Amino acid sequence: MPRTLVVHVNDDPDALSRVASVCRRRAFPTESLAVGRTETAGVLRMTVVVDADQAGGRRLVAHLARLVDVIRAEDVTDRSAVSRDLAMIKVAAAPDSRADIMQLVQVFRARVVDVAADSLVIETTGTEDKVDGLLQVLRPFGVMEMVRTGRVVMCRGSQDAPDEAG
Amino acid sequence: MPRPISALPAAQPRPALMTGGQAVWETLARLGVTHVFGYPGGAILPTYDALPGARVTHVLARHEQSAAHMADGFARATGRVGVVMATSGPGATNLVTGIATAMMDGSPVVCITGQVSSHLLGSDAFQEVDITGITMPITKHNYLVTDPARIATVIAEAFRIATSGRPGPVLVDITKDAQQAACSVDWDEPATRSARIEPRRPAADRAACRAALDAIAAATRPIILAGHGVLASGASRLLRAFAERTDIPVATTLLGIGGLPGSHPLNLGMLGMHGEAAVNRAVQDADLILAFGMRFDDRATGKVGGFAPRARLVQVDIEPAEINRTVKVDVAIVGDLADVLRALLPQVAGGDHAEWLAGIRAEQSRDGARDIQNLPDDRRLHAAHVMHDLWRETRGKAVVATDVGQHQMWEAQYYRHERPRSLITSGGFGTMGFALPAAIGAKLARPEAEVWVVAGDGGFQMTGAELATVAQERLPLRIAVINNGYLGMVRQWQEFFYEKRYSATPMSGPDFCKLAEAYGIAATRVESRAEVVPAIRAARGHDGPMLIEFRVEPEDTVYPMVPAGASLDHMLRRPPPGPRRIGNDRMEA
Repeated sequence: MPRTLVVHVNDDPDALSRVASVCRRRAFPTESLAVGRTETAGVLRMTVVVDADQAGGRRLVAHLARLVDVIRAEDVTDRSAVSRDLAMIKVAAAPDSRADIMQLVQVFRARVVDVAADSLVIETTGTEDKVDGLLQVLRPFGVMEMVRTGRVVMCRGSQDAPDEAG
Repeated sequence: MPRPISALPAAQPRPALMTGGQAVWETLARLGVTHVFGYPGGAILPTYDALPGARVTHVLARHEQSAAHMADGFARATGRVGVVMATSGPGATNLVTGIATAMMDGSPVVCITGQVSSHLLGSDAFQEVDITGITMPITKHNYLVTDPARIATVIAEAFRIATSGRPGPVLVDITKDAQQAACSVDWDEPATRSARIEPRRPAADRAACRAALDAIAAATRPIILAGHGVLASGASRLLRAFAERTDIPVATTLLGIGGLPGSHPLNLGMLGMHGEAAVNRAVQDADLILAFGMRFDDRATGKVGGFAPRARLVQVDIEPAEINRTVKVDVAIVGDLADVLRALLPQVAGGDHAEWLAGIRAEQSRDGARDIQNLPDDRRLHAAHVMHDLWRETRGKAVVATDVGQHQMWEAQYYRHERPRSLITSGGFGTMGFALPAAIGAKLARPEAEVWVVAGDGGFQMTGAELATVAQERLPLRIAVINNGYLGMVRQWQEFFYEKRYSATPMSGPDFCKLAEAYGIAATRVESRAEVVPAIRAARGHDGPMLIEFRVEPEDTVYPMVPAGASLDHMLRRPPPGPRRIGNDRMEA
């Protein structure tokens, strides 16, 4: 079962490898890891999706909290949160299939961001299920290339994150 | 805990300008460092160039791994930070085993390494290696410093990280140009980066303490398992008071030895793979386990699923990540053990577990009949005899640094340590070659203490070159080499589990006495039980270092033994008295 962890770290060149290294050496396979700036200067936020059960998630949070550069680590899997994944999919688009693809793009509320003679680049944002769904219907046309950011999450409302890093 | 940099008296008027190398030494001196163990080289030369005049003594090791063990031994003997210094590249990578050893056993060591100049970083320059990348998993934290103005702050921060929470190693890698450049250091500036490096001293959870007290009140067969945390938090007296008040017997882990005096009536001895049989059985029978600063290492618990099946488990540990890491506990208290015991003591009710203790003691005396001490003299010298006699002669009060293997287990079984921080041994990492350099660090940290090295012939040959350091520093160490001509513990595993195929374990060695003499160190050889005590007395009376080579039974075995992956009460036991019957050992449940 994938668990979603939100980890706030100091904006230090080593912070990313330190977090990734803990996930690896504590034997939690990482499914995705997204990192970027936050509302606070000098603080980066990572969303890490790992393969673990609930107890494993707790253990990993405790291990991450030991890192000096980790400001806060929490397992948000069981909390009410908005979860998004962004994907760009380059799909083969011969003239006779182009209309069908455009229709699917509309149904999925995705966007075409690049048009070439024989291909389209489609951008979509949503839950991973939605992205997977779009991908599935596009496959028959020939997916040439795909890139995904991996999951990013934000907890709903004004719930204050418990400081699990202690 | 090192004081903040500004709180320490300045030795001179506030220096306006100094080189980065000078800043290293001045910072260390202000942090109270007396000794640095190290080995110079190109990328750390600017710092070594500033050594004359520094208020710190440098001890030259013969290999960087040994220098790291020296710093580790210094730290374990005192609780103060041990400092090791090395150059870039191979100097830095040679530290790796020493750093991992300190990490596993929670020993506060700060490593300072030279690095190639900043404009060469990443260019595969001569003796360049990414030591911060390499040591990421085996340090609590590490730094690459390229700005000389940051040196003082970073080193002070490294000390605080090394000693806070569960202690451990921190590495500071400083580029050569940062050591060379001039910087101005304001010693009055708070050398802090942010509050998160404050030592974590979480207040013990009241509900958890209440639950622990209830469990103690309800228990009829309780046992305290005392680990390294007792020593790390300086909680020996509190542990003793707690055990006496509740009348709960105490078993220790290997690294918990010395946390309660060996002669204390409530001290049962060591549990685990080579723990006493009666102690292991008592753990399995107990209805309450109080795990004080011990991390349920697999060598202590045996098969996790079969550990203490009848007991409620209460765990006190300063490191939240240690809670439920292997064994699942019923009550967890995160906190410094001394703080927790101080909180529990006034609330805990006096107990009486005389019957429970008497039962364990009766089993221990039954087991004792099989003890090597009580077997008919077979005219052979057993290593256990050496440990027993060493204990008796030193009354359990010496500092003993042991290596890894059979002799380490015999020492733990037969040398009853009376004092905290008096057994210095590599527990978690099991690093051969640890004893001699660690003892050098311990002796320099506590010159008044009687310090013994106890090492096997295998481990001793890994770092034996440090005899030169012993001689150069004129350290009156007592060195016992337990020579059985085998890698004994590996041979024992081959005997039990690999049908006696002694692959690569028979081992030759030098004439250890001649070797010691070559370094100008006195030496003697012991081949019979009768010679043991006179040799120990000679070494204790000798003015200077002395080595004793004990030629012991080659194919001796450490009993009892819980095979890896078996439950604690499934032990291989010493065969009953009678003709020696190697290979006829029976598994006893």
